[in-house]
Amino acid sequence: MARVLVLFAHPAFERSRVHRALVPAARSVPGVTFRDLYELYPDYDVDPPSEQAALEAHDAVVFQHPFYWYSVPPLLKQWQDLVLEHGWAYGHSGTALRGKSVMHAISAGGGEDAYAAAGYNRYALPDLLRPLEATVRLCGMEWRAPFIVYGTHRLPAAGLAEEAERYRAQLEALATGSTTPLGVEA
Amino acid sequence: MGGGFFLQAFTYLAAAVVAVPVAKRLGLGSVLGYLLAGVFIGPFALGIVGSEGEDVMHFAEFGVVLMLFLVGLELEPAHLWRMRVPVLGLGGLQVTLTAALFTGLGMAFGLPWQQALAVGLILALSSTAIVLQTLAEKGWMSTGGGRSSFAVLLFQDIAVIPMLAVMPLLATLEAAGGDDGHHGHETWVAGLPAWAQTLAVLGAVAAIVVGGRYLLRPAFRFIARAKLREIFVAAALLLVVGIALLMQQVGLSPALGTFVAGVVLATSEYRHQLEADIEPFKGLLLGLFFLAVGASIDFALIADQPGAVAGLTVGLIALKLALLFGLARGFRLGVDQAMLFSFALAQGGEFAFVLFSYAQQNAVLSAETSKLLVVVVAVSMALTPLLILFFENVLMPRVGTKERADEDYDEMEGGNPVIIAGYGRFGQIVGRLLAAEGIESTVLEADSDQVELLRRFGRRVFYGDATRIDLLRSAGAEHAKLLVLALDRPDKNRELLATVRQEFPGLRVLARARGRVDAYQLLQEGCELVYRETFDAALRLGTDALAVLGRRKHRAHRAAQRFRHHDENLMREVADNYGDEDFISLVRRRNEEVERVMAEGPPEGRGGRDDAWDSAELRRTFGEDHPEAV
Ligand SMILES: Cc1cc2nc3c(=O)[nH]c(=O)nc-3n(C[C@H](O)[C@H](O)[C@H](O)COP(=O)(O)O)c2cc1C
Repeated sequence: MARVLVLFAHPAFERSRVHRALVPAARSVPGVTFRDLYELYPDYDVDPPSEQAALEAHDAVVFQHPFYWYSVPPLLKQWQDLVLEHGWAYGHSGTALRGKSVMHAISAGGGEDAYAAAGYNRYALPDLLRPLEATVRLCGMEWRAPFIVYGTHRLPAAGLAEEAERYRAQLEALATGSTTPLGVEA
Repeated sequence: MGGGFFLQAFTYLAAAVVAVPVAKRLGLGSVLGYLLAGVFIGPFALGIVGSEGEDVMHFAEFGVVLMLFLVGLELEPAHLWRMRVPVLGLGGLQVTLTAALFTGLGMAFGLPWQQALAVGLILALSSTAIVLQTLAEKGWMSTGGGRSSFAVLLFQDIAVIPMLAVMPLLATLEAAGGDDGHHGHETWVAGLPAWAQTLAVLGAVAAIVVGGRYLLRPAFRFIARAKLREIFVAAALLLVVGIALLMQQVGLSPALGTFVAGVVLATSEYRHQLEADIEPFKGLLLGLFFLAVGASIDFALIADQPGAVAGLTVGLIALKLALLFGLARGFRLGVDQAMLFSFALAQGGEFAFVLFSYAQQNAVLSAETSKLLVVVVAVSMALTPLLILFFENVLMPRVGTKERADEDYDEMEGGNPVIIAGYGRFGQIVGRLLAAEGIESTVLEADSDQVELLRRFGRRVFYGDATRIDLLRSAGAEHAKLLVLALDRPDKNRELLATVRQEFPGLRVLARARGRVDAYQLLQEGCELVYRETFDAALRLGTDALAVLGRRKHRAHRAAQRFRHHDENLMREVADNYGDEDFISLVRRRNEEVERVMAEGPPEGRGGRDDAWDSAELRRTFGEDHPEAV
C-alpha cells in the first residue's frame, strides 16, 4: 500500500461546488492523508519543517486545486517556493523526494474542447502544466497524468457525482499502487 | 396540623426535596412529583397540612405570576405580534368552542343555562402553570405544538377578565352571602361606573407599557450602579409585586400584567439579570403551588361520589382532547404536534379554583356543584403529567417526531451561538467582527454605564455579572457554541473559566489574557485558546518599526510571523512549569534559543529565515563565475 498525501488548496472552499464534491471522496479513501492548506496557513505562513515531514512520510502526493490563470492558487505557489528547498528537494544533497509520484487533481472552468489548439485556450490543459511537471521532475519524482474536471461552470449535479467517483477510483489506484499509467506524454 | 411557621416550611420543603428528585428520576417530571408530595402531606394522607393549604395556594399563585413574567421576558414584542393569529384565532376558537360544548352538555344534564354557561366557561380554561412547566422541562416550548399551546394559554389568561365580569350576571340562586374571601373585590375601582373601570384598566396597561419602556431602565440602571446584588433582586421582586397589586386593583389578572411587563422588558439590557434573579423564586413558589394543588384534592368527596368524579374527569379530558386535536389539525399542525398540543391542554386550570369560588359567592353555582367540579379540575390537573408521559412514551414513538425543536429557537431562547462576557475595549472588537460576518452574540457586561452607552449605539448588550452561573444559563450557555472571556480582570476571567468548565463542559472557551503570566495560568487551567491582549498590537508596532528602520516590509512582516510562531510555542511549552522554582532560568534559556534560531536558522539548517527565497544561496551553489560574490 502506498501512503497518499493530498494537499488541497482552495481559497474559497466554502463557495466551491466542484471541490466540495471531490473532498469527501478523497477523504473516504483508506490510506489517504488530507491536508487543507488554506485552513492550515490562512496567513500564507507556510511552515516548511512540518510540510517536509508530511512529504517524507508519504509515497505519493496529490495536489488538489482549482485552475487559476492556467496555474495553481497562490498559496500553493508559496508552498512550492518555501517547501521545495534547495538541498532538501533538489540539488546535490536534495534527495528527500526521490521516487515519490505526483498527481495534480484540477478543476477548470473551461471545457475540454476549449483546451485544444483550435480552441479558446489554444493549448491542451496538460500542456499548460509543463512548469508543474518540470518542478516534479527536478525533484526526482514521477509525474502522473493529471486528474482533470473540465467545464465546471456547466457541470450538472449528476456529472459532479460521477467526477467525484472517478476521483475516488484514481486515488484508490494510487494508494494500492495498481494500474495508474505513468505520465501519458512521458 | 402544623404549629408554627418553621414546621410548615419544613413540611413543604421536605416533601418537595424528597418527592421531586424521585419523580424526576422515574421520568415522571417535577410537576407530578410536587402534586404527589402534596397529596401525601395533605389532610387525606398524613394530614400534616390541613386547612391552611388554601392560604398557601393563594400565596403560591404568585409563582404563576412570576412564571408569566419570565415567559414575557423571553418574548420580544415583535415576536408576540407575530403570534397574533394563533393567540386570537386558535385561542379564541378553543375557548368559545369548548365553552359552548360544555354549556350544551350542562344543559343536557338539566342545569339552567346560566349555570351551564358558567361551568362551560370555567372548564374551557387549562392550567398555564402545569402546561408551561412541563413543556419547558421537556424542551418542547419551541415546537409547533408547544408554541400553539402557549398561544392558547395566553388567550385564556386574557379571557379570565371578561369571565369575572359576566359571572355576577349569571346569578340564579339565593345569594350565598358570607365573606367573599381573597378575591373579594374591594378594589380601587369597585365603585366606579363601567366606563371608568374600563378606562382604569386601559390606563393601567398603558402605564405598564410606557413605564416599562421609559422609567424602568433608568431606574434599574440607578439601582445597578449601587452594585448590591440583593437590592437588584429586591427591585426585581418589587416590580413584579407592584404590577400584580396594580392589576388586582383594577380587576385584571396579575399574571397578565406581569406578562406584559416582561414583554416590555424583553428587549432591555436587564433581561438576563432579571431572569436569573426571579427564576429561583418562581421555581420555589410554583413548586409550592403544585404542592398546594395536590394537598387540596378533596379525597372525602371522591370517596363519596367516586362514579361522578371519575365520569366527569374522564369526560372533561376526553372532550377537551378531541376538540383540541380537531382545532390543531384545522390550524395545520402535524399529527404529532397536534397530539402534543391536545394532550398538554386537556385539563382544567388553576383559574377554575378562583372562578368556581367566585361563582359560588355570586350565587351562580351551588356549593355542591362547585365543590364537585373543583375536585374534577384538580384531578384532571394531576393527571396531566401522566397524559403527557403517555403521549411521549406510547404515542410519539408511533407517529414519530416530524418536527425538531430547534427551528425557531433563536427567538424563544435567545439562543445565539456566541456569548461574550465583558464588552469593554476587548470584547467589543470581537463582537463587531463576528457581527460583520453575520454572527449574533449575546453580550454580558457588568458596568451599567457602559451598557447604557453601548445600547445608545444600538448594540444588544445585557447587564449582569457574567461570573454568575445562573446568568450565563439564562444567556443560553447550554446551547451556545462558544464563550468569549473578555472581562478586564484576569481573576474574574479565571473564576468564570472554572465555573464554565464544570457546568458547561461542552462550551468552547476563548480567553483574553492580560499578559504572559495570566496566559500561563489560563493554559494551566486547561484553556487552550488564550490571547494576550497586548501581543498583537505590539507585534504590529514592531513590524512597522522595522520598516521605518528601512527593512523591506515583506521581510519585516515575515520576521513578525516567525516571532509569533516561536513565542506562542514557547509560551505553551513552558506553561506547565510556571510556578516552579527554576522557571525563570528555564524561560531565559528557551528565550535565548529562540533568538538564536531567529537570527541564524534552526540547527538542521532549514526553515528558519525564508532560505528558500534566498537566491544568494543558489548563486553560491550554481553560479559558475563568482561563487564567492553574494
Ligand atoms: C481567479 C480565477 C482564475 C481562474 N482561471 C481559470 C483558468 O485559467 N482556466 C480555467 O479553465 N478556469 C479558470 N477559472 C475557473 C475555475 O477554475 C473554476 O471556477 C473552478 O475550478 C471551479 O471549482 P469550484 O467550484 O470548486 O470552485 C478561474 C477562476 C478564478 C476565480
